[in-house]
Amino acid sequence: MQLQDIVQKLGLDVHTAAGRLGRAVHRGYASDILSDVMAHARPGDLWVTLQTHVNTVAVAELKELAAIVLAGGRRPDPETLEKAAQREIPLLSSPLPKFELVGRLYQLGLRGGQEP
Amino acid sequence: MLERSRFSKLRELVYEVKVEDVMTREVVSVEPDCPVRELRELLKNHRISGLPVVQHGELVGIISIEDFIKCLWNGELDAKVAQRMTTSVEVLFADEPVIHAVQKFERSGYGRFPVLDRGTRRLVGILTKGDIISGLLRQLEREYLAREQERAPQKPLFRGLVADSASIRLCYRVAGRDFNRAGAAASALKSTLYRIGIDRDVVRRAAIATYEAEMNIVIFTDGGEIESQITPEAITVLARDQGPGIPDVQKALQPGFSTAPDWVRELGFGAGMGLNNMQKCADRMDIRSQVGRGTEVFMQFAL
Repeated sequence: MQLQDIVQKLGLDVHTAAGRLGRAVHRGYASDILSDVMAHARPGDLWVTLQTHVNTVAVAELKELAAIVLAGGRRPDPETLEKAAQREIPLLSSPLPKFELVGRLYQLGLRGGQEP
Repeated sequence: MLERSRFSKLRELVYEVKVEDVMTREVVSVEPDCPVRELRELLKNHRISGLPVVQHGELVGIISIEDFIKCLWNGELDAKVAQRMTTSVEVLFADEPVIHAVQKFERSGYGRFPVLDRGTRRLVGILTKGDIISGLLRQLEREYLAREQERAPQKPLFRGLVADSASIRLCYRVAGRDFNRAGAAASALKSTLYRIGIDRDVVRRAAIATYEAEMNIVIFTDGGEIESQITPEAITVLARDQGPGIPDVQKALQPGFSTAPDWVRELGFGAGMGLNNMQKCADRMDIRSQVGRGTEVFMQFAL
């Protein structure tokens, strides 16, 4: 499934890198602990988090994640917006609580799992 | 031009790739004396639309969802599979090129072909159009990756250098407590390593480990530096700071151990995973630390 389809089906807000939504996504990872994401997320994962600060962009970039999705109606910090735009990392958000959001993503066919 | 070369690549593949390379090997089959009624569960559970009928390891027929529906319509669900199956089964041999299968699908209009071993005549697999498509895609991806590797050969930077030893040294300054720029050193090192043709897996591991080292400098110290040295044999990363030092390195290495203040934890850092991540990523890691003087973390990644 393309990132674009997920955005449409869940009505996500697209804050940055709207031109980069053609990427195919099959898996996701949900965590608010950056080291946990660094350790266990896999390249191409959709990352669901509550963290809104600029370091999320560095993590997404280093791990080559497909996109960052802010849950629970959180909005990105201004520096986060700027950095994500500059690095062309799609920054998305949803008013749904994290549990609900992950459940919807699972229903769309995204699966979890982690790097060993 | 690209279109054409892609197309001819696919042409080439259907001649090169054998049926056995793309067929499904775990065949769900049914015995001839099984009542047609039981097909329902088999077809549903395995999400298939037909299955070979096998007796004592030998293929004796094939029965499809269409046959099942016919029986359902005629109220013949108690008939045996043997009475309702197609017995003149067209088959493929495992060693045939995929092009034969493609032609057969086109000619016959069937949805699947049982695959036999040419020597023993035993059923070894089953082939659908879907199997062919995903098999060819897998093969295309394999060749694409192989070509990528060729295009970015490992360590091209060192090729042709005549010296008893050669290395590149990269230095990055890390500002303490500056969360807005945290991660910049790891990002810069990562893209530099890619650019000079280092293997992707090594780059990823080095980037993760460097990121964690960098975060430790940002969180706990007023600043430090990260120095990376690249030789044809290995990448080393040395993270150095004049911070408070680690009183008990063994304890700090325990997963979940953290001395990070609350405000740092709220940002999602300080979960006590950093050093473990580094240890997991690096082929070798040494920590030297003196309380009140600073810490040096040395990591090595073999090439």
